[in-house]
Amino acid sequence: MLIGFFLDEYVSSKSGSVGIVAAQSAHFDAPLELKSGAVVPAYDLVYETYGTLNAAKSNAILVCHALSGHHHIAGTYADNPKSLGWWDNLVGPGRPLDTERFFIVGVNNLGGCHGSTGPSSPNPASGKPWGADFPVVTVEDWVQAQARLADYLGIDSWAAVIGGSLGGMQALQWAIDLPRRIRHALVIAAAPKLTAQNIAFNDVARQAILTDPDFHGGHFYQHQTTPKRGLRLARMLGHITYLSDNQMGKKFGRELRNTDGGFSFGYGVEFEIESYLRAQGDKFADVFDANTYLLMTKSLDYFDPAHRHNDDLALALKPALAKFLVISFTTDWRFAPSRSREIVNALLKNDQDVSYAEISSNFGHDSFLLAEPQYHAVLSAYLGRVKL
Amino acid sequence: MSQMLDRPDFGVIAGWVKRGERVLDLGCGDGALLKLLIETRGVRGYGVDIDDANVLAAIANGINVIQSNLDAGLAGFVDGAFDHVVLSRTLQTVRHTQEVLGAMLRVGREAVVSFPNFGYWKNRAAVLNGRMPVSEDLPYQWYDTPNVRFFTMLDFEDLCARMNILVRERQVLDEQGRLVTEEHNFLGSLAVYRITRS
Repeated sequence: MLIGFFLDEYVSSKSGSVGIVAAQSAHFDAPLELKSGAVVPAYDLVYETYGTLNAAKSNAILVCHALSGHHHIAGTYADNPKSLGWWDNLVGPGRPLDTERFFIVGVNNLGGCHGSTGPSSPNPASGKPWGADFPVVTVEDWVQAQARLADYLGIDSWAAVIGGSLGGMQALQWAIDLPRRIRHALVIAAAPKLTAQNIAFNDVARQAILTDPDFHGGHFYQHQTTPKRGLRLARMLGHITYLSDNQMGKKFGRELRNTDGGFSFGYGVEFEIESYLRAQGDKFADVFDANTYLLMTKSLDYFDPAHRHNDDLALALKPALAKFLVISFTTDWRFAPSRSREIVNALLKNDQDVSYAEISSNFGHDSFLLAEPQYHAVLSAYLGRVKL
Repeated sequence: MSQMLDRPDFGVIAGWVKRGERVLDLGCGDGALLKLLIETRGVRGYGVDIDDANVLAAIANGINVIQSNLDAGLAGFVDGAFDHVVLSRTLQTVRHTQEVLGAMLRVGREAVVSFPNFGYWKNRAAVLNGRMPVSEDLPYQWYDTPNVRFFTMLDFEDLCARMNILVRERQVLDEQGRLVTEEHNFLGSLAVYRITRS
């Protein structure tokens, strides 16, 4: 069958991992003025690269991360075999982001908590962690910071900028703000702005953190504590929105942890889904910074490139020179296919180059992280035609 | 031009498209027609297709393709966005025939529609012999056909008249892809129409 032929062609059986990788760090001394008016006087960005930058420096792809992501996209660290990158299935020789052909750059965004300057970094003014004083960083600000990393790496124009969810929003913003520096924008499981429902979910997550007694107004570092309960709740809530109802039903159903099948008539962990969500929440609360979580969700809420163009998304996208690939997933209800269609329709209105694939997947918003064959085949086919 | 050999209606359609036009190809398949038009006519355009394998193949062909059914696919386009809107061998698979024709002429100045002619003599002969037709242009069995509308050239022209659609030109091909010059509804296996709002 045709589909089999193409899948075989584009999902190479010879694909593999990038292997052992190491993070790097770049320091930037020039102050960065943010959209809010605040200024970050100096900052570090940690990043990883995979593959080789060609002589013309024309084969670089920037991977933008979503809410809880970071620069470690692919491979593992030498000292920790379990440290597989969060988008490893996409990056490597023969994989859609083919390191034999492309130079892949992953960066931890400003305000992050994985090594780049953020709320848990020392504030040069006080020597203490920034905490709640770290300014809110927007998608536009990230694009500016990422552009400085591109300058640092000698990359004038990205062959592509790719991201899922909040990462897709950054790819979109790149195309709008720096049209001559991005040749392809791959916008996956994203939306042109959040709905009231999206913002509502984010605010409940924020309230969980802000009302945790261990939050201490964002200055919990000085109190040798972290608002784990709040962060855990925030993650549990977020996690529900990343999965599809059907998938949850299939995976957990109404299964009870107690194998004798009886109810305990209490409030402990009882259903498998409760156990799963709590484990996810605990795992996340142990490693993620609460202030970064607040910042990331706020950045999502503020994202709305059409706002200053009379809510006309086509007008906002008009300066873009990039070609676009927009991808959505059928069971994604956080950023449903209809939200991707808004982006597509705005591009169509402008007669801009765009392809759109709606991937059948049972895994909700999280689908963008998974290796659905049609999804990866589409990415491979598209990137295979990107001229270097 | 192997595509033109495989798909004789492509040659007719390409002949109606002028250099640099804007073209929308509905049910674009692997994008072969758009690719041909881009290479030979320098057109700009998009394909629309619902099928996963087709969308993947069109992307691999470097075509702008939008994965969508025809109704939603057309809703995304503004009025008069295209010089030509092409619907090649697809009208017979569409349930909402009038809506699709109307939408094509909303987003396009002119529409090009090709479809298998159920009035072709071999099709008539098949039915006379008590069987549903299977031919070069109707290659399916009754139980696996994607076709949901069965109509002849005369039927199509009647509908155009009823919808105030003007037939600008038509080319009719036999099973070998040769031009039919007489008794079109009897000798023609595949009909290609250029239509516009009257």
